[in-house]
Amino acid sequence: MHNTFEFEADSLRYEYEGVPALDGLSLRVQPGERIALLGANGSGKSTLLRLMDALHFPSAGSLRFRGAPLTETAMEDERFAIDFRRRVGLVFQNPDIQLFNPTVFDEVAFGPLQLGWPREQILDRVHATLAWIGAEHLKERAPYRLSGGEKKRVAIASVVVLDPDVLLLDEPTAALDPRSQSQVIELLESWNDGHKTIVTATHQLEILGEISGRAVVLDHGRVVADAPPDEILTNAALLESANLVHMHRHLHDGITHTHKSPFFRHEHKG
Amino acid sequence: MSGGVIARTARGFTAALGHALISERAARQPGLLQALDPRVKLVGLLALVIAAALSRRIAVVVALLALGVLLALASRLSLWSLAQRVWLVVFGFTVMIAAPALFLTPGEPWLQIAPRIAPRLAPWIPPITVQGARAATLLLVRVEAAVTLSTLLVLTTPWMHLLKALRALKFPVEAIMMLAMTHRYVVLLTETASAMFESRQSRMVGRLDPRQERRLMVNSGGVLLSKTFEMGNQVFLAMQARGFRGEVRLLDEFHMRGRDYLALCALLAAAAIAVVAGR
Repeated sequence: MHNTFEFEADSLRYEYEGVPALDGLSLRVQPGERIALLGANGSGKSTLLRLMDALHFPSAGSLRFRGAPLTETAMEDERFAIDFRRRVGLVFQNPDIQLFNPTVFDEVAFGPLQLGWPREQILDRVHATLAWIGAEHLKERAPYRLSGGEKKRVAIASVVVLDPDVLLLDEPTAALDPRSQSQVIELLESWNDGHKTIVTATHQLEILGEISGRAVVLDHGRVVADAPPDEILTNAALLESANLVHMHRHLHDGITHTHKSPFFRHEHKG
Repeated sequence: MSGGVIARTARGFTAALGHALISERAARQPGLLQALDPRVKLVGLLALVIAAALSRRIAVVVALLALGVLLALASRLSLWSLAQRVWLVVFGFTVMIAAPALFLTPGEPWLQIAPRIAPRLAPWIPPITVQGARAATLLLVRVEAAVTLSTLLVLTTPWMHLLKALRALKFPVEAIMMLAMTHRYVVLLTETASAMFESRQSRMVGRLDPRQERRLMVNSGGVLLSKTFEMGNQVFLAMQARGFRGEVRLLDEFHMRGRDYLALCALLAAAAIAVVAGR
């Protein structure tokens, strides 16, 4: 099961009750790449991640993982499914959805248990992963009682514990305070040894440089741009057309003025 | 938080979440039943429940209920909490169901309600019969005993262990999957409902009249159901994403030890004695 590309998506189409979420999307992901999927709400980022994690399947087009087609039939093959789940992990946007076990320890141990790892290996990996996210003291706590930042870190730990080759992240820093945001980004940087493939769906432009070496902009279920982050970030027209920036109005030294998005660095003279 | 249906409902959901947490803690604390293999508890307590259902003698069923209380004490469960969450609730429901039997079961008259007035003003109210009182009491203690013993099983066994024990006893994987999802779904439903009612309350001033309250409850119920259905699907996807395929897997495998065999024999013997003595 090996190929030049981790993922190859060709003319992918996926609909929710007749409304297209992906509309002829094509994308290649190479091993070790750090890709940011950019797009406004409803652009198809989350849907693409779910297809890449074989939770949904395309209604048209094809999606391959290391050359093997990701289809329902393929996922019914237990060997293939176990190998795939071991190699590809998805962190959901809403940690409350992902955290469903009675304790943090059980939560992190859930994935390795499902994949049938030996007991000692599970214990070692769970303890090491909890130490890595700085949450050993939380291991007996109920996940739904944690703070937002803690929940997100535990959600990441529950996937990273499997040491997947590909990590798919859906809005990993959304709704987090600035400190929790930087903790999550630092965690992801410390986990990536340069060989891991990380695909992050986000609409937060300010974290783009830290999380990716390639930015793919989606709009209405299609790829509208695919370039290095710096190139994307300086293309104001593209960002505006994809609803990633907007006209921002604010007050400086008693003067109200407007410019595109607070994200763009700017200075005021005089 | 003042009174009113919204506040009461929000408080109820918060309390339910608290109970879920307490149950999970109780299942992990040291105690007699907690120390036993979940399969032993499942088989043994189920046998006692069946014995309570089969027994026709009140004294025998009361003895089974007393055994349940002793087991609860030995498992360090709070009797006060059991009384509030099990005995009083069961009492209320069962009395409602059993009340007609008091009057309608034919037999020897035992007690006339309001003896000076009823025969003249409401002659259609029959006296309570000895047989009726006996049947109602038997039903009440039977339900109390069965629910107490079942509750002991749930309170002293972590949920996933219970599911695995069911699977070990050849329960179909589809049924286990449904139970696993139901548990997740209930927690999710409770959390969502709690947040929904709190947000509703934060935007309200004063109290609604009963009609508005009823309409609000019906509307909220519909929204809640569709919301949690959607979230339930998401939870299932999240479980699948980490390799869940319907089989319950635990870190600790079940191992029968000497005390487990002893406990199993004792519980089955108690059930057999209850069935024979209760004929």
